Amino acid sequence: MSTFASQESATKISAGESISSESIAESGATASEDVAQYAMRLGDDALILSQRLGWWIARAPELEEDIALSNIALDLIGHARFLLTYAGTAWNKSEDDLAYFRPEEEFRSCRLVEQENGDFGQTIARQLIFSMYQYELYKALAESSDPTLAAIADKAVKEVEYHVDHASQWILRLGLGTEESRRRIAAGLEYMWPYVEELFTDDELIDRLDGVAVRPSSLEEAAMRGIRSVLAEAELEVPEVAQARLTSEVRDGSYSEHRGYILAEMQSLARQHPGATW
Amino acid sequence: MLTTTVYPYILNERSVFISLEDVMTHTDDAVAPEQEHFDALIADDSRIEPRDWMPEAYRKTLTRQISQHAHSEIIGMQPEANWITRAPSLKRKSILMAKVQDEAGHGLYLYSSAETLGTPRPVLNDQLLTGRAKYSSIFNYPARTWADMGAIGWLVDGAAICNQVPLCRASYGPYGRAMVRICKEESFHQRQGWEILYELSHGTDAQKKMAQDAVDRFYGPALQMFGPPDADSPNSQQSMAWNIKRFSNDELRQRFVDMIVPQAEALGLTLPDPDLVWNEERQHYDYGELDWDEFMSVIKGRGPCSVQRMKRRREAHENGAWVREAAAAYAERQAARAAEAANHEDHETETAPSSQRPAAQLIGA
Ligand SMILES: [Fe+2]
Ligand SMILES: [Fe+2]
Repeated sequence: MSTFASQESATKISAGESISSESIAESGATASEDVAQYAMRLGDDALILSQRLGWWIARAPELEEDIALSNIALDLIGHARFLLTYAGTAWNKSEDDLAYFRPEEEFRSCRLVEQENGDFGQTIARQLIFSMYQYELYKALAESSDPTLAAIADKAVKEVEYHVDHASQWILRLGLGTEESRRRIAAGLEYMWPYVEELFTDDELIDRLDGVAVRPSSLEEAAMRGIRSVLAEAELEVPEVAQARLTSEVRDGSYSEHRGYILAEMQSLARQHPGATW
Repeated sequence: MLTTTVYPYILNERSVFISLEDVMTHTDDAVAPEQEHFDALIADDSRIEPRDWMPEAYRKTLTRQISQHAHSEIIGMQPEANWITRAPSLKRKSILMAKVQDEAGHGLYLYSSAETLGTPRPVLNDQLLTGRAKYSSIFNYPARTWADMGAIGWLVDGAAICNQVPLCRASYGPYGRAMVRICKEESFHQRQGWEILYELSHGTDAQKKMAQDAVDRFYGPALQMFGPPDADSPNSQQSMAWNIKRFSNDELRQRFVDMIVPQAEALGLTLPDPDLVWNEERQHYDYGELDWDEFMSVIKGRGPCSVQRMKRRREAHENGAWVREAAAAYAERQAARAAEAANHEDHETETAPSSQRPAAQLIGA
């Protein structure tokens, strides 16, 4: 049984069709203010994580891993482009308007994706947690009554399945590999763990978008089961560290110190040339 | 073949087309019939395959050339990776990431094809990290502006194509085949680079200036990618005799110049060479003398970014050591477990109650 009532596609976009941010922009689908806010949360997560992973290219432990991490970063930036393009339809803004000309406090990313790369173990710890969450999220969102969100999620979930596999394979190797790798991946998991709870926190926007958005709390059980089972197989403990409390509303005003630096770098060139096309 | 474009990750398996033993049994003891066979294949413009006998010098020349090419792909990721986090639009960011990822894939194909000549990838990698192996000097120049992403794609990948298209017919099979795949992607890269410059040269004044500045800086070094003038390139003759190289450095450079002049015109950008003029008689563009002193000094490690590029590669390698060790330890552990499980299974079969054994065995007993 799907969580959502199915609805005839009201736009040119339907699940399974190959979509692009151009096709979303041209589809005539217009997001409501609430839907746009929701799409922006998801898009910002994907964008910020892609930005983080992009740093690894030409720095990974193996050439194969340069390729793997850039694959994941590419998938994520693809999701970000779809989601931000769709969000932008509510305000007549493009994906780039939203990515490059929104100030720090208007981003809606979660703190987990903003965390520093650290060593490879820390990056993989973040990948495991986020990919498991994102997989469950997109799987459920593919049944959304909003056809554009459903189509985006339907495409993205297949990609994220690989991200989960990639992270899980590495967790096993690092957990069961050497003393050092075990120590490092355990440290990485501890570093990322305080930001887990936020992923599964509901708020009023979610209440208002019943049937359209996925309720974050509904994902917790499956995502955490997935994470725990990989950690158990890798003979790693589930970290026992306190959750970092939110300073304000979830995904609104409650963000990490890192965000400003990430955006300063990402937006620097675009902001030097406002109005320019590239 | 390599699975670089396939998603499942290669965690610690090396892709070698054939085993090293296969190669090594065929070296050294060159006897006349084998040399004759090799010469006949070359004369026939046929392909030499890893299992074929080949002169040691041929093997060495190819190993050096292919691995240097692989190193260039890998070091060449750095100047462009420098702009991934700052690309000015999400579309450009995505294209740039895909391009740098392609270059990593090229490196992998090439290392694999070099391995078929008998030198394993870790050895080749070590030659790079210790500075014994060279890579294309162009990557020792800085990528300071976004327009450099355009100039590198258009000019550097463009020069690479001119150089590499004839290599698709190189006499050594695995090299030629790797080149076919690589050339397809390089032509996308060149097109994308040209498009970046086109947007800039048709954009704001600041963007135009940025584009012209990038072309000014990359034009000369790009022309030098074909190597020294023919008169100063003593190794080329032998490579041509072996059907590795098909055209001389100067011939390839000329081709490149002839290709980019109209492309620059379409961009509305100027190539920084006052001697660049159409020669009606030769039916080619004449171009000015290049700064070969600069070229030699960059080759010798005095490029603006030589030290930085090597440092970054070494750091990536060193920082990744614990990860590779973990992957190797895990693979060993899994292999030991599989062996144990197989043992256990055998044991169980032997001690299974006789009533459960197939009837045929009972009869035999
Ligand atoms: Fe390449
Ligand atoms: Fe390329």
